[in-house]
Amino acid sequence: MLGALDWQAIVFVRAWRDPSASELIGAAAGGLAVTGALAAVVLLSVFRLWRPLWSGWLTSLDHKKIGIMYIVLSLVMLLRAVIEAALMRLHQLVAVGQGGPLSPEHFAQLFSTHGTIMIFFMAMPLLTGIINYVMPLQIGARDVSFPLLNAISLALTAAGAALVMVSLVIGRFSTGGWSGYATYTELAYSMGEGVDYWIWAVTLSSLGSTLSGLNFAVTIYKKRCPGMTLFRMPLFCWTTLCTSILMIFAMAPLTAATVMLALDRYAGFHFFTNDAGGNMMNYANLFWLFGHPEVYILILPAFGVYSEVFATFSGKTLYGYRALVFATMCIAVLSFTVWLHHFFTMGQSANINAVFGIATMTIGIPTGVKVYEWLMTMVRGRIRLTTPMLFAVTFLVTFVLGGLTGILLANPTIDFSVHNSLFLVAHFHNMLIPGLLFGMIAAVQVWFPKAFGFRLHEGWGVAGFVCWVAGFYLAFMPLYALGLMGAMRRTSQWARPEYGPWLAVALLGAVLVLGGVFCLAMQLFVSIRRRKELAVPVGDPWDGRTLEWACPAPPPEWNFTVIPKVASGDAFTVMKREGRAYEMPDDIEDIEMPANSAVAPVICVASVATGFAVTWHIWWLAVLGLAAGWGAVIARSFVLDTKRRIPAATLRASHAAWLDRLRRTVPVSRAGETDPRNDGLAEHGA
Amino acid sequence: MTDRPEGIPESEADRPAREFRRYVTGGVLSLALTLAAFGAVALRLVAGQGALVVLGLLALAQIVVQFRYFLHIDLQKSHRDDLQLILFTALIVGLMVGGTIWILFDQHTRM
Amino acid sequence: MSGADTRHPGLNLGQTDAGGHDAAEEVVFGFWVFLMSDMVLFAILFATYATMSTHGQAGGPAPLDLVDLGSALAETLLLLGSSFTFGMASLALKYREGRTRLVAWLALTFVLGAVFVGWEVHDVHVWITQDDAPPQRSGFLSAHYLLTATHGLHVAAGLLWMAVIAVQIGWFGLIREVKLRLMRLALFWHMLDIVWIGIFTFVFLYGAVR
Repeated sequence: MLGALDWQAIVFVRAWRDPSASELIGAAAGGLAVTGALAAVVLLSVFRLWRPLWSGWLTSLDHKKIGIMYIVLSLVMLLRAVIEAALMRLHQLVAVGQGGPLSPEHFAQLFSTHGTIMIFFMAMPLLTGIINYVMPLQIGARDVSFPLLNAISLALTAAGAALVMVSLVIGRFSTGGWSGYATYTELAYSMGEGVDYWIWAVTLSSLGSTLSGLNFAVTIYKKRCPGMTLFRMPLFCWTTLCTSILMIFAMAPLTAATVMLALDRYAGFHFFTNDAGGNMMNYANLFWLFGHPEVYILILPAFGVYSEVFATFSGKTLYGYRALVFATMCIAVLSFTVWLHHFFTMGQSANINAVFGIATMTIGIPTGVKVYEWLMTMVRGRIRLTTPMLFAVTFLVTFVLGGLTGILLANPTIDFSVHNSLFLVAHFHNMLIPGLLFGMIAAVQVWFPKAFGFRLHEGWGVAGFVCWVAGFYLAFMPLYALGLMGAMRRTSQWARPEYGPWLAVALLGAVLVLGGVFCLAMQLFVSIRRRKELAVPVGDPWDGRTLEWACPAPPPEWNFTVIPKVASGDAFTVMKREGRAYEMPDDIEDIEMPANSAVAPVICVASVATGFAVTWHIWWLAVLGLAAGWGAVIARSFVLDTKRRIPAATLRASHAAWLDRLRRTVPVSRAGETDPRNDGLAEHGA
Repeated sequence: MTDRPEGIPESEADRPAREFRRYVTGGVLSLALTLAAFGAVALRLVAGQGALVVLGLLALAQIVVQFRYFLHIDLQKSHRDDLQLILFTALIVGLMVGGTIWILFDQHTRM
Repeated sequence: MSGADTRHPGLNLGQTDAGGHDAAEEVVFGFWVFLMSDMVLFAILFATYATMSTHGQAGGPAPLDLVDLGSALAETLLLLGSSFTFGMASLALKYREGRTRLVAWLALTFVLGAVFVGWEVHDVHVWITQDDAPPQRSGFLSAHYLLTATHGLHVAAGLLWMAVIAVQIGWFGLIREVKLRLMRLALFWHMLDIVWIGIFTFVFLYGAVR
């Protein structure tokens, strides 16, 4: 009835029977997860928020709400994964020359969940959420092309994240790292449920990302407003397009690899086994066929954000727009040609290594072009060093540093000596933290006022910036040194005392990063408290250049009263300059918006149930879950009335109220950008 | 096809018949290419690496035929988005399949 | 050829529903994107098959041992025939107001597809019981079964989809939503035939002569 599941699987029972430090830490983590979930349930019940949550959020097909839910999901997962990172550093420091608090298996679970969460359940949802919120607004659309599919993508991603969270309480997670290399992850070496949790969580997330990519790409191709040619799109939309194309094509190899691994484990196939003609090297090949484009899926959206930030906060048009577009496209295509550099040491001939090494270095060229263009955008601009710009400028310096170590690693001969060492760990954190996380935090700072109608508190933003940047440098620069000293990644303890000081500095960095997360939370808390004075109802707090600033903050469900028409890039700047930004349109019509649907929540629950059931071999539940999910899809296809009509009068009233608020608002110069005076109306020619 | 619906301009009248002929052309060409491939193997006209080339070319021809006559992909301007999509997919597929085979066969020879 | 009938490739609505073109353009393009993503998945399976059929036999059956040219030809003709009959269904959708012809061609397509799937199941039965070649025996066989079964599952999913649409044709009549779904199913069906070209060429025909 319950497959392989028994009481022993529950983390609290394990800790009761074997109260070692490692199990107790596991139980504490499980307790935190359970407490968090219970607290959410209690709060929702006490404040009677279940109904608003259901009808306002979970069943909503509004791209803005879906985007926000993605971001909330990713921030929760970020918190867990950062805590895990700090715990690992603490353990490693304590464990120098002796046993640390964590068992080796527990340590291995930690680095596996840390990596899996950071890539699939922090980074991907965060960038997908930002894209979801911003991109349709930037191209002047009311929604994405397929709103229900959008909700289903979120449902699948959330289901994967839920599986990882469940593994904290019931059973154990994989010890195979985020890349889950076979043959280690084959049944012969990794018995039990851990790898299965990993397989199904990652597979769900990868399906969700494929569908997101499809949705975004079609939206950009087919839903741009009149006059918005591809080359008039904001650069963020271009990087979104390239990221979407990568998602469409690069997730398939991952799905294939995880399905093959599952077949090996569940049905005794021989794709990656040691015996009977299996080829474990094909696993690495397939995984990195996905994994390398994935790097650019993660980084390109941040490039787009930085492009918007540099232009907006320098008060200038982006320098070299076309070159930036072509550089982005080059990076996207080249990203499919370099995957072998992740396994230079696997034994293929030197010629192949050389080809892929050269291809890898080639990517530095378009990336370098971008760096120069961001610099040139700032030249002679009126730069405002507020939080997003601080992150952007720091990104430039830090990212170039990480890129330089990447050029080192692209050389196979050098890679051989530092392969899988902490040098590599330092390198990819040095790329992804500035190249993804800082960008996304900057994006949150920039677009939060658009989404909620009030700015984020600047002081806490700067404090967070200081923590993040100092924390990053302290946490990861020592790893370069440790890597060169011979410390390998994923090692739970070393006997060499000279590692101690470096690890201590790295731990301090990890704690500072935790402080950065705390500052973000405080920033949110303080901003909500002071939302009146931070309010920007008119909707243009940063003297924005693109269409998303041309509507109120928060925007109405339908985004634009009438679909805008544009005739150039930087569309909103031109509208403001020509005095057309805030007019009462005379051609307001009834519109149709997608009506709420319960299909996505049903699919989410069904996916969690199926994933959990398959992990624990509870076959009846797996069948039930699959039937429920697909049944919901088929049942939905019999529903024809999927739209909700919004009369023109509603639109007109909403627009008039906004214009009325606008007339009572005093425009603010850029000097007053972070003052309470800033109500979201930018001064002319400021 | 005499029962064409009302309201179609005279010049468009033979379109159903024309499109029908397109499907027939596609079907016949596909059938011919299929039989050629099976025939070449059944009659032992090809073998070894040469067979891979001949059969591969026949398959490619049939894929082009089906895209052209069943999926109606051609060089018209209104189809450019889709044609670009398909060609880009072909590029990615080529990179992935070619790269995989190159890498794994090379590794195999060195084991 | 006039521009009006080819706003997007694949299928069109023709004169029976001129207003549906705009809606069709977006969903059909979206479906093309999905199909291309699916093609990459098949490409990965083909690449895996290429290596494992060469290096992964592990002393067990070789590709030649699984080839029955007659069976492969029959399956090929069934699927090619069903692709053609779906084309006829598309023409009926485009140029006929009534449903009789459309449903008849769809029914024929369904039968051909179902016989194809049945034949594949029979193949698998023969391989496992007579040739002693289950997927657990070697890496080559694992790749062989995954490639062919993924295609077979796609065809089976197409059959289920066709059945659902048939119900909807009866339930709603030929409304625009149903037409758009038929158009996408047609693309799906034709693409599966294209994948099968790869399978019969590289798995069966090349398997027979390598």
